[in-house]
Amino acid sequence: MTKLKQLRPQLLALAVVLVLIGLISPGFFSVTVQNGRLYGSLIDVGVRVAPVALLAIGMTLVIATKGIDLSVGAVMAITGAVAATLVADGHSVPVVLAVSLALGLVCGIWNGVLVAFLDIQPIIATLILMVAGRGIAQLITGGVILTFNDPAFSFIGSGAVLGIPMPILIWLAMGLAVGLLVRRSALGLLIEAVGINRRASMLVGVRARFLILATYAISGLCAAMAGMIVTADIHGADANNAGLWLELDAILAVVIGGTSLAGGRFSITASLIGALIIQALNTGILMSGWPPEFNLIVKAVVIVAILTLQSPAVADELSVLRGMLRRKGAKS
Amino acid sequence: MIRARYLPFVATVLIFVVAYALCALQFPNMLSFRVLGNLLTDNAFLGIAAVGMTFVILSGGIDLSMGSVIAFTSVFVAVLVRAGVHPALAFALALAVSTSFGALMGLTIHALKMPAFVVTLAGMFLARGAAFLISTDSVPISHDFLKQLKGIYIQLPDKGKLSFLAILMLLAFAVGVILAHRTRFGANVYALGGSEQSAELMGVPLRKTMIQLYAFSGFMAGLAGLAYTLYTSAGYSLATVGVELDAIAAVVVGGTLLTGGSGLVLGTLFGVLIQGLIQTYIVFDGTLSSWWTKIVIGMLLFAFIVLQRLILLVSERRAAIRASSGG
Repeated sequence: MTKLKQLRPQLLALAVVLVLIGLISPGFFSVTVQNGRLYGSLIDVGVRVAPVALLAIGMTLVIATKGIDLSVGAVMAITGAVAATLVADGHSVPVVLAVSLALGLVCGIWNGVLVAFLDIQPIIATLILMVAGRGIAQLITGGVILTFNDPAFSFIGSGAVLGIPMPILIWLAMGLAVGLLVRRSALGLLIEAVGINRRASMLVGVRARFLILATYAISGLCAAMAGMIVTADIHGADANNAGLWLELDAILAVVIGGTSLAGGRFSITASLIGALIIQALNTGILMSGWPPEFNLIVKAVVIVAILTLQSPAVADELSVLRGMLRRKGAKS
Repeated sequence: MIRARYLPFVATVLIFVVAYALCALQFPNMLSFRVLGNLLTDNAFLGIAAVGMTFVILSGGIDLSMGSVIAFTSVFVAVLVRAGVHPALAFALALAVSTSFGALMGLTIHALKMPAFVVTLAGMFLARGAAFLISTDSVPISHDFLKQLKGIYIQLPDKGKLSFLAILMLLAFAVGVILAHRTRFGANVYALGGSEQSAELMGVPLRKTMIQLYAFSGFMAGLAGLAYTLYTSAGYSLATVGVELDAIAAVVVGGTLLTGGSGLVLGTLFGVLIQGLIQTYIVFDGTLSSWWTKIVIGMLLFAFIVLQRLILLVSERRAAIRASSGG
């Protein structure tokens, strides 16, 4: 139950956002079953959040080590381009999946080597791939939007199992897998140790370099999955726009989830809730019928509000206030 | 002997000169004042933005809002001019808005103790959203005053022109160099980038410097927006997406350490020029995909970062040897 208590601010924020959207557009919560598949705005939020949610899983681990991965959007574009090329060439789905995931892993390891072994600051190390990656993706697709028609591969993006759309299953499964991996072993603790003080953790024998490399590798893997979902969903690879600026949304999701950019304590669940908040906002604004020009403003204002409430300075003030109230209560 | 901290700068200048020489060997036409003038004009808005970015990065921070602020300024000015406001007044208003926006971000970073990355990211959304609110169309502008401004240029040999925009950018760099190396503000920024804690203990007014710093960066973004408006004769809210990344790349290629505290404003000018040179080469070649620009910039970034690491390692080792032999 302590776990739930820690998640309270994020759950509260999500609830407030959902209720507000519900008030504006009453049809938001209705979920129906058509053709053996769940439909409704709420389900739509779950499907559309998939790329950001996947990125946020890897990003959480990277940020916990005091790093940041700006390249995930570009990695999405690269893996999407490769996947589309392979599918268009008639390769089978397992081959496409294996090659794309391996490619994401390679991209992640490249970042990880730069950060962990060459000691380059994460923001600049991953900036390299962020800048060059989209160019590479363009070279792969030859500068056109590659389209394909392959129901088996498209299943990843638009299929459903037991009525639940595939993207939801994928991000839930990945979140669960990574969450269990780091929390049911000492890995999570070690990652936090590296993020809080890398030198100290190395002195007590934590293999910090390897752990950091691993977090970037996982981030690359997550980006590859996100890239394939987007590609499968639109039946094509758009090297220009696939995953564009999603790294920023993923970082925001992690920050809203309460993981500090200074590294240390992290929660994958909280990051996923953060991603849901962002997506609910996007969908909600669209459904509200406001002109789309308002999207960014509303998003920015809500995010600033959430972050302000979580900021160290305000948190200190609040805890002082709470302490004063408690003392007053004890006296009377 | 060149001091180790200036090595990245020297390397940048050398790379620019060698790259230009190689380009000129292949396309002799590139070695003309006309191409050089265009190189400066076409990259003027990026250069002006990069001056602001250099200061922010020198302080150990980052400003992701720049591209959005440039777009906002251009739309803001275009709509005001269309409504009949004199461009000079519109320019002043736009600069006031962008400067106060920057100051507000600086205040937020300091007061809420939040990372600059997150605050300026929110600023990026806010500025882009505000630009959308003003207009989602491309707003063309024409005014005699703008034509007069564009008519100012310095004649160079063989039909080359140092246009108004190029002059504006060079002026921005001159102001940047003076601010960085000859004023208290500049010294404070370097100190902040070295170590915030030490800077505070030394008596650097953190709050004031932080606000001034981001206000300056906002001002430069606004100025870059004006340059962009003059350059395209239009304001468009979807323009200049990702310019902040180009600016960051220019700063890093120019030899400034992203951790802050070390670097030269002048290096950034060459960082911008190298990016422009790659683009010019691709235009001259005609067969290369424009995507090579991004890939080459990525490779340059990589080369520079590795170079900086090596320099740091060598100087650390030298210091260690000196310490051990002395003790």
